[in-house]
Amino acid sequence: MVVAIPSQLRDYTGGRAHVEARGATLAELLADLERRHPGIRFRMIDEQDAIRRHIKIFVNQELARDLGAALAANDEVTIVGALSGG
Amino acid sequence: MPKKSSSRKTPRPAAGPVALLVGTRKGAFFVRSDRARRQWTPAGPHFLGHIVNHVVLDPRDGKTLLCAARAGHLGPTVFRSTDSGRSWKEAQRPPAFPKAEEGKKGLAVDHVFWLAPGHASEPGVWYAGVSPPGLFRSEDGGVTWEGVAGFNANPMRTTWVGGDQEQGPPGGATLHSINVDPRDPRHLYIGISAGGAFESTDAGASWRPLNKGVAADFLPVKDPEYGHDVHCMRLHPVAPDRIYQQNHCGIYRLDRPAERWTRIGDAMPKAIGDIGFPMTLHPRDPDTLWVFPMDGGTVWPRVSPGGKPAAYVSRDGGKSWKRQDAGLPPKQGWFTVKRQAMCADARDPAGVYFGTTAGDIWASSSEGARWSCIARHLPEIYSVEAA
Repeated sequence: MVVAIPSQLRDYTGGRAHVEARGATLAELLADLERRHPGIRFRMIDEQDAIRRHIKIFVNQELARDLGAALAANDEVTIVGALSGG
Repeated sequence: MPKKSSSRKTPRPAAGPVALLVGTRKGAFFVRSDRARRQWTPAGPHFLGHIVNHVVLDPRDGKTLLCAARAGHLGPTVFRSTDSGRSWKEAQRPPAFPKAEEGKKGLAVDHVFWLAPGHASEPGVWYAGVSPPGLFRSEDGGVTWEGVAGFNANPMRTTWVGGDQEQGPPGGATLHSINVDPRDPRHLYIGISAGGAFESTDAGASWRPLNKGVAADFLPVKDPEYGHDVHCMRLHPVAPDRIYQQNHCGIYRLDRPAERWTRIGDAMPKAIGDIGFPMTLHPRDPDTLWVFPMDGGTVWPRVSPGGKPAAYVSRDGGKSWKRQDAGLPPKQGWFTVKRQAMCADARDPAGVYFGTTAGDIWASSSEGARWSCIARHLPEIYSVEAA
């Protein structure tokens, strides 16, 4: 499926805003994303598998609360950097 | 503690240009001097937009740099350069706590705060202090990091640091001031804000508090064994039994093997007090050190006392202090100098440098006798290291 990558993480994708990745759950998708783009996962998921505070992951426009979210092959996954302030 | 020779051969002064490695709230900068340290040229930013807590050169090879960084949105990491900052690569395995067992709450690194090269006999070894307080070690020049289990998994760790709730200084409680005894790679000191000073003589396998004589006015316990708030602690490289500490509650000196710190800040002018964050030592003279006091009264404004910034130097191990403010703003100067933002170079006379929360870097090539501003308008400065 296609994963939308925010500007903050595009150093890991060679500048690409959309990349391919596979997985039946969000956890699997992120593991595949890490295989394809080493280092990207830890910048958005901490060592306890929590989504970092200022990263939001949407599956078909619905906010994912944890990595257990199930995915279908044609789902759209959008990663967003969400932080305000100077 | 094993008995060791109390002093080492005094190194010859360094020569040539100085490079200041500057960590800021918005990236890393280098500020380089000419041979006379008169002209300074800023370069950068590196990692624009990243919060850079520390940039450190490996003195063992003179070209490897490590940079502790995170971004507002993104998690913490370490970047490495093996060509003096021309190119950078991210660590393959940045510092991270172990995954907790199912149903248990585990720790997560919020930011890497302090970087310290290991002993001269252990090339490639580095230590990192993180928030929440944790100690990590790399044996491959910062490519991969492992937790030092003797501290991170110590049954006393949570008690020492006052629990794992979000507390401590702005930015969170943190482990810093990692000092390696130049006579013995297994002999380590660390400082925790808050938690106190701790010592290991077995390469980090075990630790014990080292806080006797240090005040902890904010705790309800009189003379506690731990829980103190170390702001900056430095061991003198020429006389490694001499340790100085700028604490939340004063300035202290400890001469090992003694266990009890002496409050040398009592000799500071009463109107200034002995509260501050940074402290730096002379590269060759164990009796000379600089501090940069701040206002720690009432609500802790954490600004230069009275808006009149000044460094204070002691040349007798803290028995007396002299104000050094020539060249600094005589009034309405309200900046603060953070705990990693003051350093000295190895030249003769030693250069002394500090970076401010206002984004300026001040330098003295006369051991503090006169200051000049060598870089302006950088982001808020978190760290300055001279290389």
